[in-house]
Amino acid sequence: MKRALLSALAVSALAGTAFAATPEKAQICLTCHGETGQSQTDNIPSLGAQQPAYALIQLYMFREKLRTSDVMNEMAKGLTDDDLHTLSDFIGTLPKPQPPADAGDPARMTAAKALVDKEHCNSCHSAGLDGRDNIPRIANQREDYLLQTLRDYKSNKRAGYDGTMAEVLGPISDAQIVELAYYLARVR
Amino acid sequence: MAYRSVLAGLVGLLALAASAQQPVPPGSALAGRPDSEEAAKLAPVSAPPLPTAADKLPTAKLHLPPGFSIEVYASGVGNARSLREGAKGTVFVGSRLLDKVYAITPGDHKVKVIASGLHRPNGVAFHDGTLYIAELSQISKIDNIEDTLDNPAKPTVIYDDLPKDEAHGWKFISIGPDNRLYIPVGQPGNNVARDPLHAQIRRINLDGTGAETVAIGVRNTVGFDWNPVSKELYFTDNGRDWMSEDVPEDKLNRLTKFGEDFGVPYCYQGNISDPEFGWGHSCSDYTPPVALMGAHTAALGMRFYTGSMFPADYKDAIFVARHGSWNRSKKLGGDVVVVKLNKDGSVKSIEPFLTGFIENNNYLGRPVDVQPLKDGSVLVSDDWNGAVYRITYKGKAK
Repeated sequence: MKRALLSALAVSALAGTAFAATPEKAQICLTCHGETGQSQTDNIPSLGAQQPAYALIQLYMFREKLRTSDVMNEMAKGLTDDDLHTLSDFIGTLPKPQPPADAGDPARMTAAKALVDKEHCNSCHSAGLDGRDNIPRIANQREDYLLQTLRDYKSNKRAGYDGTMAEVLGPISDAQIVELAYYLARVR
Repeated sequence: MAYRSVLAGLVGLLALAASAQQPVPPGSALAGRPDSEEAAKLAPVSAPPLPTAADKLPTAKLHLPPGFSIEVYASGVGNARSLREGAKGTVFVGSRLLDKVYAITPGDHKVKVIASGLHRPNGVAFHDGTLYIAELSQISKIDNIEDTLDNPAKPTVIYDDLPKDEAHGWKFISIGPDNRLYIPVGQPGNNVARDPLHAQIRRINLDGTGAETVAIGVRNTVGFDWNPVSKELYFTDNGRDWMSEDVPEDKLNRLTKFGEDFGVPYCYQGNISDPEFGWGHSCSDYTPPVALMGAHTAALGMRFYTGSMFPADYKDAIFVARHGSWNRSKKLGGDVVVVKLNKDGSVKSIEPFLTGFIENNNYLGRPVDVQPLKDGSVLVSDDWNGAVYRITYKGKAK
């Protein structure tokens, strides 16, 4: 673990500043989460255009170990309240992640869109699924990360900040979760 | 013990039977949401995790009746929710989105974290030197808390026979004149079928034994207290979402007999038959509220005022914190109201008391609970800013 962090630091130093305005403490975030906020790494979410209020809540929860992830708990450990604001505001300025080249199977996409409408995902998460305030952007997030996250909310492994997702996912089956992740990752 | 597990088994069987008869309840915050553009604009809002700095708190924008004033009692109390005063003047504060219970020391008002790593420790109660804490699905206690604030013991669980639902799972708790601890179990969703484990208020002995249900048909009460004269339990209850902008209203209820049924999910606000669950039921079969508290206003913490600082017409009146609406285009609530009663315990009037938390349809703060102190002043918690305010009365300006 420590070695991975060190090499991540080294890569970050070599890569230099991707954005002129990248705060110093954000450099290391981008090594795993993607230079432009679009993650190329399995199970690691894209941060691009994430809602700052949501990002701040997550960074806070990682720091306080209210959300567990060995790497993120370690990363957030020394952050001050001001750092949380700086980093979450910066994350909001990164460009939106792009949908994958694979547009998805039309039949699956259509069926999943109906499920999104029926369950009103596009209510709190906004019509374009780009979130608002404390509710995250989910459009074009990585499929593997969406799948894991939805499963963790459903099983209460991830309790979430306010418990809304555990409630919403109560009646949703795992098969439906698979379709939701498929759709959200590819939505255009 | 054996009796208890047989009982639990029976209750479980009943729950199974109930779930076999009907489809899985919708259980979603969005169940019933109409497909309109305006409705889609509404979403539950969560307080930020970091408390607002003391000099940025909105006290200058708040309004009170003449002669009253408000000051910051303590800032830096992240997500401050339920309030209690200890025998020695310590103020205990629960939280819902964070994992902490705080103590504010008397005199210097220093904020200390006395318990952390808890799951939605919203409720706090105090009795004979012991602090009781309600997490989402368990009740615990710390004995002798006010003498051990710098090095408190870990909370000891006394009761955990509770559902683990996140929806309406956080709890307000209080100890009644019967020296028993009252525990609400909310409905596990916006508008869901009734089952034997939810929509109720229970009470237990202070050692965790003797659980029994004292009220049913209660959707989600996050505040209650006992009338100092009649000793009857009064409690707020939040109405369902998505029926309409203006109904149902939240309720102030009064329990006059053991096991009384307040109607949810069949009947809301005492006179509206629920469009989904109301069929085959009549509102006249359930106890109506003593007052309606406004649509979606989230009437939460409440206390009877028995202090002597405030004018005489506040004696034995109820202060109610209304957290403020999310399921309404124009925000309503976000204030503290005073409910004055007639001699027979019915409601004489509901008047605004502390207002000014809504500006341009946005929250500057959100009141959660009220706690009269021994000196007669009243504390108000604000989870949006992570702060506790104190209201005092110095008489009308001459």
